[in-house]
Amino acid sequence: MSVRELSYAEAVREALAQAMEADERVFLMGEDIGVYGGAFQVTGDLVHRFGEDRVMDTPIAELGAAGVAVGAALAGSRPVFEFQFSDFATLAMEQIVNQAAKIRFMLGGKVSVPLVMRFPAGSGTGAAAQHSQSLDAWFAHVPGLKVVQPATPHDAKGLLLSAIDDPDPVMVFEHKLLYKMKGEVPEEAYRVPIGKALIRREGRHVTIVATAIMVHRALEAAEILSGEGIDVEVIDLRTLRPLDTQTIIESVKKTTRLACVYEGVKTLGIGAEISAMIAESEAFDYLDAPILRLGGAEAPIPYNPVLEKAAVPQTDGIIASVRRLVTGRI
Amino acid sequence: MTQAIKENPAVSNLRDFYRHFDNAALRDALRRMYLIRRFEEGAEEAYTRGLIHGTMHLSIGQEASAVGSCMDLRKTDYITSTHRGHGHCIAKGADPKLMFAEFFGKEEGYCRGRGGSMHIADVESGNLGANGIVGGGLPIAVGAALAIRKQKRDDVAVCFFGDGASNEGAFHEALNMAAIWKLPVLFICENNKYGMSVSTERSMAVKHVADRAPAYNMPGEIVDGNRIEDVSEAVMRATARARNGDGPSLIETKTYRIRGHSKSDRNRYRTKEEIEEWKARDPIGHFEANLEAFGILRKDEAEAIRTAAEAEIASGVEFAKGGTDPSPADLTRDVYTKGAA
Repeated sequence: MSVRELSYAEAVREALAQAMEADERVFLMGEDIGVYGGAFQVTGDLVHRFGEDRVMDTPIAELGAAGVAVGAALAGSRPVFEFQFSDFATLAMEQIVNQAAKIRFMLGGKVSVPLVMRFPAGSGTGAAAQHSQSLDAWFAHVPGLKVVQPATPHDAKGLLLSAIDDPDPVMVFEHKLLYKMKGEVPEEAYRVPIGKALIRREGRHVTIVATAIMVHRALEAAEILSGEGIDVEVIDLRTLRPLDTQTIIESVKKTTRLACVYEGVKTLGIGAEISAMIAESEAFDYLDAPILRLGGAEAPIPYNPVLEKAAVPQTDGIIASVRRLVTGRI
Repeated sequence: MTQAIKENPAVSNLRDFYRHFDNAALRDALRRMYLIRRFEEGAEEAYTRGLIHGTMHLSIGQEASAVGSCMDLRKTDYITSTHRGHGHCIAKGADPKLMFAEFFGKEEGYCRGRGGSMHIADVESGNLGANGIVGGGLPIAVGAALAIRKQKRDDVAVCFFGDGASNEGAFHEALNMAAIWKLPVLFICENNKYGMSVSTERSMAVKHVADRAPAYNMPGEIVDGNRIEDVSEAVMRATARARNGDGPSLIETKTYRIRGHSKSDRNRYRTKEEIEEWKARDPIGHFEANLEAFGILRKDEAEAIRTAAEAEIASGVEFAKGGTDPSPADLTRDVYTKGAA
């Protein structure tokens, strides 16, 4: 294994390049992903390496372009589609939800739609309400789609390569604040399996299930809480659908407490699903405290930086809430 | 014998359509039109008798548009179809008994009973599927054409849609992309005058859907959708253009659905006179009369085609009735390829 470090964006780019080198059916589509390099410089210089036919700038037409990706996938290509911001997927929901997710099923399993869509998501960039949402749970509600949310450069590469291999549509949510984060990324084209959560830190007193950037805030909180004698287990969910229920159930049986931390709006978010899943499982009898959910505020993401931070879970809030959960003290 | 009449200089004004296709192909086109008509009538009857549930959208009156568009296509050419898609499916080569099996919800059906009328598809014959979303197939056809280009094939993607779909954003986005990338797509708008109950006069700022083609720098041709020769000749021009790498075309076939939009339609938005007027312009009657006049088909041969179509539909319904009902245990089987969650 290499100890080479890459940024999250570089790791995604390397996965795209390796997938295109390995399989001529793979190509990229999106807005300004060519010479511009992508709004977040994820595709970067790929157009110069692979040409405009394989790194295709589309018009600003999310619905139509998403449909083109669906049709190309149906007809034997392997498109990887970049939404400039995940929020713009609202313009393409028809093709994603009615078509990509359902065509295989509607046609009796006689075709597959090997489509990957990448969604730069999340708040913290001062881009306000229409460029900062975390809509991953919407997609996880749709049978026929798979939804992954890599939290590290390593997983960004490995999960994307798995997504491109996958015969079904996979939605990849990339948190924008993570793009510059560095981490160890092996050079070879390795895969991280879809549908497997990862225990990032083992602990005995409480389980935090977190997604995307919340994994890092949860790990920071765990480090600080360990100084107070609170031993936190942090699970990086990595895949929202299919959900790795077993890893969470086993962890909760061990720690007897569960906190779900995610950036999407709290109500009806992924935390609601995990809480309900635990309540229905054998782990329910092991619980020593109510389940805690820390999610996004019941408001659009605001512009003002103080308000923006207040709209999604931050490390201090996680520390305070988890401390209360474990000690039972207000 | 009939070929001799076709080559008779006395019939010197015979349309290209009748010269391009041999007599067998022309007779087969008529057979397919009858097959569609009888299929729709058979489906309607099965629905009325309670043998089929759900809803369906019949294309009676639009057979020339479907068959004329598909008769010169290859198996490897794609079509995307609409909620009114039974005719396209048969025209592209599907087997009516497997379509009936689908309508009856059986495992033997094209979609193993999971799709039904609105999602009928026959991928083997190049039909990527009907679509329950108005305009849903437009960008998909463009994507299929993009894959064709990437695979260096000279096939085409034919996208059927209705006048109503041309008011959807997807239509405009799809045409624009097909044009800027010069993709081998035929956009065939079957303009049957109504998007459900709302007429084109009330829903479109232009008179014809083809008027929208110049905005996307592609040819827009209007043809009489009830005359198979008009449809076919326009489609052949457009496919030649597409296969030659010259890009997409829009063809508007002016036609009419004799039945209502779906089973809920009470025909409150159109007059009996209008329906009768279009019935008199029956595409099958027109084509059959021409074939007879040009000596391509005898009356008894026409009768044989009708009888055979009726028999095929009747046996298709019987086949479907005897099909296998899917097991509820297999409900989630085809949601994912590898059976994940």
